[in-house]
Amino acid sequence: MNTRALPLYATIAIFLIAYLLCWLQFPNILSTRVIGNLLTDNAYLGIVAVGMTMVILSGGIDLSVGSVIAFSGVFIAVILRDTSLHPLVVFAVLLILTTAFGAAMGFLIDRLAMPAFIVTLAGMFLARGAAYMLSINSVPIQHPFYETLQKAYWLMPGKGRLTLIGVVMLLTVLAGMIIAHKTRFGASVYALGGGEATARLMGVRQGRTTVLVYAFSGLMAGLSGIVFSIYTGSGYSLATVGTELTAIAAVVIGGTLLSGGAGYMFGTLVGVLTMGLIQTYIVFDGTLSSWWTKIVIGILLLVFILLQKGLLTLSRARLAGGAA
Amino acid sequence: MLKRIAPQLIALAALMALVTLFFPGFLNISVNDGRLVGPVIDVLKRGAPVALLSIGMTLVIATRGIDLSVGTTMAICGAVAAWAIAGGMGLVPALLVALAAGVLAGLWNGVLVAVVGIQPFVATLILMTMGRGIAQLITEGRILTFTDPDFAFFGSGSFLRLPVPAWLWLLAGLGVTLLMRRTALGLLIEAIGINRRASALAGVNATVLLIAVYVASGLCAALAGIVVTADIRGADANNAGLWLELDAILAVVIGGNSLLGGRFSIIASLLGAMIIQTIDTGVLLARFPPEYNLVIKAVLVLIILVLQSPRIAAEWRVWRDTRREPKPVAGAQT
Repeated sequence: MNTRALPLYATIAIFLIAYLLCWLQFPNILSTRVIGNLLTDNAYLGIVAVGMTMVILSGGIDLSVGSVIAFSGVFIAVILRDTSLHPLVVFAVLLILTTAFGAAMGFLIDRLAMPAFIVTLAGMFLARGAAYMLSINSVPIQHPFYETLQKAYWLMPGKGRLTLIGVVMLLTVLAGMIIAHKTRFGASVYALGGGEATARLMGVRQGRTTVLVYAFSGLMAGLSGIVFSIYTGSGYSLATVGTELTAIAAVVIGGTLLSGGAGYMFGTLVGVLTMGLIQTYIVFDGTLSSWWTKIVIGILLLVFILLQKGLLTLSRARLAGGAA
Repeated sequence: MLKRIAPQLIALAALMALVTLFFPGFLNISVNDGRLVGPVIDVLKRGAPVALLSIGMTLVIATRGIDLSVGTTMAICGAVAAWAIAGGMGLVPALLVALAAGVLAGLWNGVLVAVVGIQPFVATLILMTMGRGIAQLITEGRILTFTDPDFAFFGSGSFLRLPVPAWLWLLAGLGVTLLMRRTALGLLIEAIGINRRASALAGVNATVLLIAVYVASGLCAALAGIVVTADIRGADANNAGLWLELDAILAVVIGGNSLLGGRFSIIASLLGAMIIQTIDTGVLLARFPPEYNLVIKAVLVLIILVLQSPRIAAEWRVWRDTRREPKPVAGAQT
């Protein structure tokens, strides 16, 4: 068995066991209605986590995504309120903006040899500040096209609704999987995360890859912002504070190493769904306070990291044994 | 020494000049009711939580670590202190319990990093995620308020004309600097940050020192939590210390300390904290609309960081040397 994929299998196993336990207590949790809601409620998180996975695979970090999502929502809402542009045009402009924003951060990280943590932290302030400058109030989005988007769903057997944004999330994960595992760019990202010096010797264009990775993360954050604005029907500059850390937690729970170079895009989806499942369980239970969500997610984080650590030691011991 | 902190001093002076340009009264200090009053004193006081956090953060970053949990540790310690005071435990026990909570949080992080061997970012992310939940468990989801004037002294009192929070970070900074530089501790911490294995092989007890560094960070967070809780006379589990870990890390980086560990300067980090607070206060005083705060802060921080970037410094040196080139060559020939 491939030892590298063990964290992924462990993540999937824990998710299934957790779902089983929830099902034993609340049989309704397996209905397509709950599953449909699980996908809809976590659509924006799943999309942004795809971008975060790519950044973390390359050995970096992107703290700006939460602010970029909020900026996207406010940007869309304000433009739709003040002009008569079609939402699709606004979406295109926004995605170009956020992608360029990500690329600019990647450029700074590469050219100035500054840590990604600090550059994207400044980016986080900048994007949030830009959102404030557009509007500090929650701006509702009233556009017939938005209503169509919000009402778009496919009826699953059992009357569960597979909404448009849920499908967008699944497609994004699929696209992320293809880019990360099947393209030359994906291979470069893994190589860069495995070690910069080795990557350079392999002929990876370090600067270009870094810029593209952060541009990809910016694109995902923009897309996530669009999905979030459809989900909430408004744009608010104080929304999605701290989403970057939730996304990082989802990526880590999904079995990706934070040091870069190892992990699977699919694991991130399972990580996002695991966190969504905890929240759903707390809603079903009804007596647990919301702060238990945070504590349980923290404990889960710890468990997954210890698990990864154990597996890593195990595979290293096996390697050492094989060499001797 | 002076050369080390020169960039931070210049940045701070330039910022203060800039703020004075927009708000002429910035440097005014007067005595009112036996205490100093003025915008600069306000900066010293309001910058206290970030300054306190940045002391511990400097040590953690010097070991090539990072501590994301300090903001939530602040909330936990504040909640514990308020719970103790509201429960009638008295001032000293309440302070001790809050500090003990900080030590405990630091121990947890330190053991995860040094013994279990988890990356500092993830190890402290765990407490960062859980911490606010724990703080809310302590306060039972409410804002715990109290009226004890002795405890409030730590937030809003003044001593020898200076606000108490300012004294706290000045004394803590001085104490830790002396401890680091008058003993070999600072050197050993730098050794761990440059190469943990090599320092361990050279006989440094890296594991214990690493744990101690995270405990120190937890203690600083506890102090900051006490200041914030005492200032508003209540423990707000949701908002106390929210995102202050990012400001503290920023202060350390503006202080010219490398996130890759090694050499550190606590004084420079404290100057960094004051730079951040001067920006925050300055934007308010200069009467910019509050929604511009973050953008101005981001731009100023970016400018400071770009100017400090190692690449820029290296390129500037190359550029300067190429301009001077003819002279040394001429000197060598004679």
